[in-house]
Amino acid sequence: MVSVVEPLSAPLELSFAYTRSLGPTLGPFMTALAERRILGVRGSDGRVHVPPAEYDPVTAEPLTEFVEVADEGVVVSWTWLPAPLEGQPLQHPFGWALIRLDGADTCLLHAVDVAVPVDLCTGMRVRARWAPERTGHIRDIVCFEPADTPRAPVEPAAAVPPVAIVTTRVDLHFEHTASAQESSYLLGLQDGRLLAQRCPQCSKVYLPPRGACPSCGVPTEEQVELPDRGTVTTFCIVNVAFLGQHITPPYVGAYVLLHGADIAFLHLILGCAADEVRMGMRVEAVWRPRAEWGPALQNIDHFRPTGEPDAPYDTYAEHL
Amino acid sequence: MSKNRAAVLGTGQTHHRAKRGDVSMAGLCREAIDRAMADAKVDWADIDAVVVGKAPDLFEGVMMPELYLADALGAVGKPLLRVHTAGSVGGATAIVAASLIQSGVHQRVLAVAWEKQSESNAMWALSIPVPFSMPVHAGAGGYFAPHVRSYIRRSGAPAHIGSLVAVKDRLNGAKNPYAHLRQPDITFESVQASAMLWDPIRYDETCPSSDGACAIVLGDERAATAVDRPAWLHATAMRSEPTTFAGRDQVNPQAGRDAAAALWRQAGITDPLAEVDVAEIYVPFSWFEPMWLENLGFTPEGDGWKLTEAGATAMGGALPVNPSGGVLSSNPIGASGMLRFAEAAMQVMGRAGDHQVDGARTALGHAYGGGSQFFSMWVVGSERP
Amino acid sequence: MTDVAVVGFSQAPHERRTSGTTNGVEMLVPIFREVFAATGLSKRDIGFWCSGSSDYLAGRAFSFISAIDALGAVPPITESHVEADAAWALYEAYLKIRTGEADTALVYGFGKSSAGDLRRILALQLDPYLVAPLWPDSVSIAGLQARLGIEAGLWSERDMAQVAMRSRRDAADNPAAQLAKSADVDELLAQPYLADPLRVHDCAPITDGAAVVVLANADRACNIVENPAWITGFEHRVDSGQLGGRDLTTSPSTSAAAKAAGADGVEVAELHAPFTHQELLLRAAIGLSDSVRINPSGGALAGNPMFAAGLTRIGEAATQIMRGTARKTLGHATSGPALQQNLICVMEGRA
Repeated sequence: MVSVVEPLSAPLELSFAYTRSLGPTLGPFMTALAERRILGVRGSDGRVHVPPAEYDPVTAEPLTEFVEVADEGVVVSWTWLPAPLEGQPLQHPFGWALIRLDGADTCLLHAVDVAVPVDLCTGMRVRARWAPERTGHIRDIVCFEPADTPRAPVEPAAAVPPVAIVTTRVDLHFEHTASAQESSYLLGLQDGRLLAQRCPQCSKVYLPPRGACPSCGVPTEEQVELPDRGTVTTFCIVNVAFLGQHITPPYVGAYVLLHGADIAFLHLILGCAADEVRMGMRVEAVWRPRAEWGPALQNIDHFRPTGEPDAPYDTYAEHL
Repeated sequence: MSKNRAAVLGTGQTHHRAKRGDVSMAGLCREAIDRAMADAKVDWADIDAVVVGKAPDLFEGVMMPELYLADALGAVGKPLLRVHTAGSVGGATAIVAASLIQSGVHQRVLAVAWEKQSESNAMWALSIPVPFSMPVHAGAGGYFAPHVRSYIRRSGAPAHIGSLVAVKDRLNGAKNPYAHLRQPDITFESVQASAMLWDPIRYDETCPSSDGACAIVLGDERAATAVDRPAWLHATAMRSEPTTFAGRDQVNPQAGRDAAAALWRQAGITDPLAEVDVAEIYVPFSWFEPMWLENLGFTPEGDGWKLTEAGATAMGGALPVNPSGGVLSSNPIGASGMLRFAEAAMQVMGRAGDHQVDGARTALGHAYGGGSQFFSMWVVGSERP
Repeated sequence: MTDVAVVGFSQAPHERRTSGTTNGVEMLVPIFREVFAATGLSKRDIGFWCSGSSDYLAGRAFSFISAIDALGAVPPITESHVEADAAWALYEAYLKIRTGEADTALVYGFGKSSAGDLRRILALQLDPYLVAPLWPDSVSIAGLQARLGIEAGLWSERDMAQVAMRSRRDAADNPAAQLAKSADVDELLAQPYLADPLRVHDCAPITDGAAVVVLANADRACNIVENPAWITGFEHRVDSGQLGGRDLTTSPSTSAAAKAAGADGVEVAELHAPFTHQELLLRAAIGLSDSVRINPSGGALAGNPMFAAGLTRIGEAATQIMRGTARKTLGHATSGPALQQNLICVMEGRA
């Protein structure tokens, strides 16, 4: 039987707040930002790098000779973003600019807040707009604005303790797609069926099926329905608690080889004490209530012992 | 057909810690690089190319970080190559750097491998719920522990072998000034008493999570003859196989066996146990020592644990394994493989300090990654091949 | 050291959005079959495998591992992977053959850019402390570079539009191309800006794709194809990671690589320029005269499969020699923000 289905897809979210330790060059720069000051470093060729270069682009030597520069400078190049993207400094149309601050020889990349692109030009003077609350982060500068914008009155910035670490979020969104073979398997699970596929070359039966047989590199097409019973080939007892865990340890993670399959997959063994699980133990699937089923292996809540005699070692030894 | 000779001119590594909060990513790399260049007595002008290795970019949240690091790596205006072959990457990076010399393209190449795991959380990066796949909620140990159980069943190894390895490696690590875990007071009893995390793997039988970097300066024959006691490359090998396939041997993977066979053949070694003086083997869970001893062909299948039990892999034994303390003492993932390669070189260069194996002339460096599916290894020697 | 030649090339159709997985298997299986058929080789004949791809493009760690399913790597293979465009994987494979450790190599790259937001993902290539936290997108970075060149008098918006028109019209002869039509320059210039001074036509499309190139040593190459594309120069360099410290109107890394690779006298150059002005910049950096045919395939502007586009340029340039339509050609690949890293592969025929 050949099955062709439209591949399933679902959102995949990648979100994490990275903690970045700064070291001797970036640390003082970030600390100064918290004090509404901007520091550059002097390079081997005398150039003042703003933002600071940790290592010299010419000699690769570490750079720590700090030079304070102005929070005002000149636009060296610019572009206009009619539709800002997530995470960018401003969420209304704005310009990006390479800005050479007074006292610096290199350019800082940042946003410039003007209403329309004709308000932005190369050579115009801009000034940092500081965040009211600063933590020692590049985003302590909200954006730049035309230098003739009246300065908002501010309290003098107090000295802050050295900033050693910055936290930066990375949030990305993906659409994750299953292969056609995996999709037919997932749709089978939705109906409580275990649909494996057989490789046309080596005849091995894969559950879950993959885009191609990993031994032969050819797509699999022939569908094979497997029973929800099998053998534990090997396992471990999870005693460790960790973030996101939803079962209380101890429990057993085991490779289950379904009858008729040529490859085992990891699943949970419950329904007996963890220390009673054995290699070769016969198990059967315990399905969740039908109302909870989706296109997922989680429809099988766990496997439990059938009570049948254990499979002889030789019958599963080649699957270890 | 013959390739040019290549040798390690110098090595360097960071002090490995759970969190190196005192340095940036660039600073971490440079700590290892500066030590390697000082060890090799070379300056930036001597370096023709830079090869960088690291495990997934998600660990640090930087896409292809070697690009932004180009200045710190001294790579501006030079060739820069980034390798990523999972956990074996540190070894693969050294091998790619070697091929830059063996192919006659360059005279001196800097290889760097690093990981700053504390920027994120490796458990997180490795367990992002990918749609349609079922999380088994077990972590890295949960992946490897069932295969350890299979090994024990197959080989009939006594249950305490894993603890023997852990004690040995941690005591070795106590003599390594760069090691993350330095536990001079560890005992067999204390390891046995540690929590059974992923039965049959105990807490003390697992590797830590580290920030760290390693660097190696490699050179051609002319560069090597100009330095005192280089480590000559006698052989390199890499093999890969899919993570899973029907009939795959997950305890003793064929990719590892094939790589080792090719390695010994290339090095002219017919009896590895007799001819290799010291081995740095990638052992993130202690049971992998006997498993890899077999996979590498040091013993027949099923006998690796006997070597361990007899103390042959301890300092002073017939084949000291991981005198540096190994991955069990320091595990900056992307760098862990290169550390094995560098430590092997340090042994034959006579520069291993308090964990030097006396008279070591031939050494193995070994790394593996993924689901025991990517292997990289080299043999280095004090003699020109 | 042995000579090395390109003896095979195949590419997946460039599509805005494929229905396949991010591990590339669906795109790779057919092109492996195609390149094996064209070269008469089978997987058992391949001495070394090397690939280029990106975890961030796929949105997960170790994404390249599943691609190995497409190879049928049983028994085990000698294999490596670069986290870069597969043009750099080709370089690694080229070295492997030169050392004599392999006679042949198969190199592949793949990327499903449609799975995520490419403009934002590429922001993660910038300095993670000072620049990336602002999320400057890749198109805006290119816009800043384009304006610098315009204001320095190096190129104009009209020059850029001409590049777009020529590329997309040339792509009509490339069955793999994603975009293969173009309005006239005046009509293009009447379009609104996407990131001033860049318009939509100045930017490569977002493309899902894959490519494969087969290399062979001197002993094997002539038995595989009639006209192997002999690699006579293969060089790459990187520029500073300090975006604001670089002169973005030049590409020292390209110039140095081209000089070292011996780019003089090429008849055809396939340049990996994801933005129109970058083609103009690259031509100047390499020193290509007006008589050199640029991007007859349409180039990246007609389809830009990330992590395969550079390899594709080399494959296209090699094809010109294998087909006998040119004697000396050049393939170029770029990586990183604003052309930070560049690779040049010069090939010649001996027919």
